[in-house]
Amino acid sequence: MTTTLAHTWFMTKRQLRFLIRQPVWIFVTLTQPVIWLLLYGALFKKVVEIPGFRGGNYIEFLTPGVVVMTALFSAGWSGMGQIDDIDRGVLDRFLISPARRSSLITGRLFHTTISVSIQSAIILVLALITGATFDGGVGGALVLIAISALLSFAVGAASNAVGLLVRREETLIALMQFLLLPLTFLSSAFMQKSLMPGWMQTVSDVNPVNWAIEAGRGALGGDWDWGLIGSRAGLLLALSILAGLWAVSAFRTYQRTV
Amino acid sequence: MQSPPDGAGAPPAIEATDLVKTYPGGVRALDGLSFRVPAGTIFGLLGPNGAGKSTAVKVLTTLTRPDSGSARVAGRDVLREPAAVRRRIGAVAQKAGFDRELTGRENLELQGQVYGLRGRELSGRIDELLERLRLADAADRLARTYSGGMQRRLDIAIGLVHRPEVLFLDEPTTGLDPEVRAEMWEEITRLQRDEGITILLTTHYLEEADELASSLAIVDRGRVVAAGSPEQLKGELEGDALHLELEQPLDDGIVRRALERVGAVRELALDGRHLRARVDDGARALPTVLAALGESGVAVASVTVSRPSLDDVYLRYAGREFAKAEAEADQRTAEEVRR
Ligand SMILES: Nc1ncnc2c1ncn2[C@@H]1O[C@H](COP(=O)(O)OP(=O)(O)O)[C@@H](O)[C@H]1O
Ligand SMILES: [Mg+2]
Repeated sequence: MTTTLAHTWFMTKRQLRFLIRQPVWIFVTLTQPVIWLLLYGALFKKVVEIPGFRGGNYIEFLTPGVVVMTALFSAGWSGMGQIDDIDRGVLDRFLISPARRSSLITGRLFHTTISVSIQSAIILVLALITGATFDGGVGGALVLIAISALLSFAVGAASNAVGLLVRREETLIALMQFLLLPLTFLSSAFMQKSLMPGWMQTVSDVNPVNWAIEAGRGALGGDWDWGLIGSRAGLLLALSILAGLWAVSAFRTYQRTV
Repeated sequence: MQSPPDGAGAPPAIEATDLVKTYPGGVRALDGLSFRVPAGTIFGLLGPNGAGKSTAVKVLTTLTRPDSGSARVAGRDVLREPAAVRRRIGAVAQKAGFDRELTGRENLELQGQVYGLRGRELSGRIDELLERLRLADAADRLARTYSGGMQRRLDIAIGLVHRPEVLFLDEPTTGLDPEVRAEMWEEITRLQRDEGITILLTTHYLEEADELASSLAIVDRGRVVAAGSPEQLKGELEGDALHLELEQPLDDGIVRRALERVGAVRELALDGRHLRARVDDGARALPTVLAALGESGVAVASVTVSRPSLDDVYLRYAGREFAKAEAEADQRTAEEVRR
């Protein structure tokens, strides 16, 4: 157990070194969420005037969606690094060492979480600058970030599993795009759930992205529905564990074909 | 415990028995591979591209499992105790294994930590290896800025951090400049001497196996076709090798008939303009051979007489020339890529 924790830390540190050397990447990969926040925020400003939309301004509504999407997409590309390690022989080197298999996954996931948390904080500050207010305060923001992290574990682990199985960046990119974009649009990221078409509402109930957005949005807005937050966090945690087991088992499949 | 058959004291550091490995798609990369490596020696696995050398290394280093057969490395069973084997071996794969985005020192640190080294012990070992592999000046530069030779040395250092008993080097000099290769040869010899470890190295350079290995196995199509010390293998070929370059490609029959009369010529092989044969005493036989060819109207462009080389050994056991086997393998790979 202590060995597993130690290895997780060593592998996280390996990833963080890159982040520390090239901190500018935090900002480069932030362009897309900022565009969503500011452009969609301006474009759909009038959405709040639709009868039945709860009060407040649209940026306040949109911000938790953008935070979750940032985590979602960062995690979705996590498997790219794994493929890079395969191509460069780094993975094989670790696989014939005593390195814990799980740490080769979790190291990447923690790195993603850390960089996404920094990005989330920046997004929240930007939203505040545009005049948005969040009744949940710092506590609400932390719950939102934590719940996005849970989603990013599940998606990141799945991305690593796919990376180990397909071993081609193009395939991973295509699969992730095929999966992640619909998941975002079939959630309440941009539109209040009660105003979505019926079938979309049904889909969003089983959409993990929506679980994260609903729970995070509630907390950020100061609406402390612990039943909602707890159940969604529980579901995301269960999903993360399943995806993590899948990723670790993918090493075995990979090793059969090297 | 089985006792070593040849009377050597220590059990072998590596023992591969009947390894078979088929890749998805049906390529039989290992086809009953067996060999043993005495502890504390440099052992060469020599074979053309596609012979199965890397696959053998992958099986012996626990990266992948064979379909059948067994192997022991550093006294542990590769299939039943992979974790114990991993602690006792170091490996430098054919493709690099270092992390380009870390410095040399950080690469070594991470590797050492994974093997449970900490603190003073680890930093001392890192300094020692950086010094030994002439990387001290570049230690704090990102590994991707290293030259090809430095990158290979970093990989070797990474493989040595935890003081393994057995080190695997898969084609350690492929792709290096001739001078860098010579340096690497010295490095490998010195390592074996100073660290007292067993080294298994694979190579498709005949002269490399000859230079470095105290014993070797020649691998062809996933099997060992000959094994022994380079001297033994060359010694099994009696006499000198005769290499003749003909003015023009000729029919096998003409040449054969011409040389049949010269009694001492054996193992005749003609490939286009390239003629190889074996004679007891090269210097003495040469005039007779040339005369016999001249009488039959075969024009000879050049002649060399040499002591048997590993190239000749390969020809004898694999039944084809080394360079040709290489070309065949390359063609097969090209076909696979096209598919
Ligand atoms: N991962 C793999 N998948 C399918 N075939 C492979 C794989 N690795 C090697 N091979 C095939 O197995 C044979 C032996 O390859 P290898 O062990 O790499 O040979 P060597 O190292 O001697 O050049 C070759 O025909 C090669 O194409
Ligand atoms: Mg190879």
